[in-house]
Amino acid sequence: MSLLGEDIVTEEGEFVINIGPQHPSTHGVLHLKVWLDGETIKKVQPHLGYIHRSIEKMSESLSYRNFIYATSRMDYLSAHINNQACALCVEKGLQIEAPPRAQMIRVILAELTRLASHQLWWGCTGLDLGAVSPFFYAFREREAILEIMEETCGARLTQNFCVPGGIMTDIHPNFQKRTNDVLKQIKSKFQEYDDVLTGNVIFENRNKNVGFLSAEDAISFGCTGPMARGSGVSCDVRKWFPYDGYDKVQFDEVLGKEGDCFSRYMVRMHEMKQSVSIIEQLIDNIPEGDFQAKTKMVLKLPKGEFYQRVETARGELGVFIVSDGAASPYRIKYRSPNFSNLSALDHIARGYKIGDLVAIMSTIDLIIPDVDR
Amino acid sequence: MTNEELKQYISALFPSVTYDETGEFLNVLIASTELRPIVQSLRQDDALKFDFLFCLTCIDWKTNLMMVYHLLSKTHKHIVVIKAKIADVVKPEIETICDIYQTANFHEREVYDLFGVNFKNHPDMRRLLLDENWDGYPLRKNYVDENMITI
Repeated sequence: MSLLGEDIVTEEGEFVINIGPQHPSTHGVLHLKVWLDGETIKKVQPHLGYIHRSIEKMSESLSYRNFIYATSRMDYLSAHINNQACALCVEKGLQIEAPPRAQMIRVILAELTRLASHQLWWGCTGLDLGAVSPFFYAFREREAILEIMEETCGARLTQNFCVPGGIMTDIHPNFQKRTNDVLKQIKSKFQEYDDVLTGNVIFENRNKNVGFLSAEDAISFGCTGPMARGSGVSCDVRKWFPYDGYDKVQFDEVLGKEGDCFSRYMVRMHEMKQSVSIIEQLIDNIPEGDFQAKTKMVLKLPKGEFYQRVETARGELGVFIVSDGAASPYRIKYRSPNFSNLSALDHIARGYKIGDLVAIMSTIDLIIPDVDR
Repeated sequence: MTNEELKQYISALFPSVTYDETGEFLNVLIASTELRPIVQSLRQDDALKFDFLFCLTCIDWKTNLMMVYHLLSKTHKHIVVIKAKIADVVKPEIETICDIYQTANFHEREVYDLFGVNFKNHPDMRRLLLDENWDGYPLRKNYVDENMITI
């Protein structure tokens, strides 16, 4: 790896520049080495690992109750959904199921997380492409969601609310009323979002016909989430492999057609509406009962391998636990959505202009701690 | 196809493989030298069509290393897990499949970085997450971290 200074111009006359690791448009500490011919991108080489904490190695020495908390720090915008994946995987190993009340609360919180995550993405996408106001509009609603999280889970970003067998505590008495209020607020603002950014000519021109990804390539690169759905690849885990009662709610999998940046943008915008609809179906029907199944003090998974996947805001998160019967996992692997999505970046960006790279990066919606883990 | 049907179908194609059906998915245990032909035909066969490699990882069993490939078919919605044992833990080697599944490129580099498995014919076999001068392979069970403090 050569950092700044070396090989500024290659023998073919290509200009090499470094974007990041401290560049705002990479949304974290990602270092991109870009080969340019004039302004045209010839090659992009991501350099990772600036925030690698080896969560997989750490988890090998933690108990099945404790390793979950480290995963909040992977994709910190989908922290609750990461916790849910781990809790579900441990439950699969123990062959228990969370009570219906816990499952429903998990789903509501997961959809609130998705909304908050997509709102932050929407604000930042605007910011990346030169529109400052969307950021404030988005944070207004996101803040309201985070306040619900704070009240019920005790934390705004790293909720750590899922435990094997259910949720940590029961919901706050205000939870339903507050969520209903926030939903009403968010629903009335969707039109505003579209007015502020979606229809803007400059924004559309920077996104349409930029960053094309075909359906075959999306599958081959292992892309999931809104990125693959923007190319028309059906991959919503909530539909394909339902968990925690997603098979009982009505919602549509949003699919794009074109596979360009704008298509990915529109998928996320529609997904927010679907999330609102899912929460609306559940929020007034939370069943009474326990919020946690009875589990032993020390959890031990039987010998074997367990794989559980969930749909985070960015795609499919897989948790693969290999157990040798001890109280901590023998090997754990997180198949993170961002890692696979990032691997397609070089393929997508080739041939476009350097300015388009910012649009491509922001619609891939990378969270670097999830790439590095 | 169900796991049982998959097993019969794959047995007809490759009589030499063995199976492990204890888990949720069908585990196909293969010799590491057979990896490429098997994966290639799993992808191309119309009845199987495993086009989505959703997880690629390695497990260190101390006496050997086990490569694990999770494959899904988007068309037929079935899953198979390919496991290839690498007996040589000192200089582990296996063929790359990154020309069959492009996602394998990064995942194999990650395995190289953390387990030290060398993927033959990989176009860009460099460390991915750790520094290039890093000593050892952290996810191996015999890795000793001098800086780690146990409280």
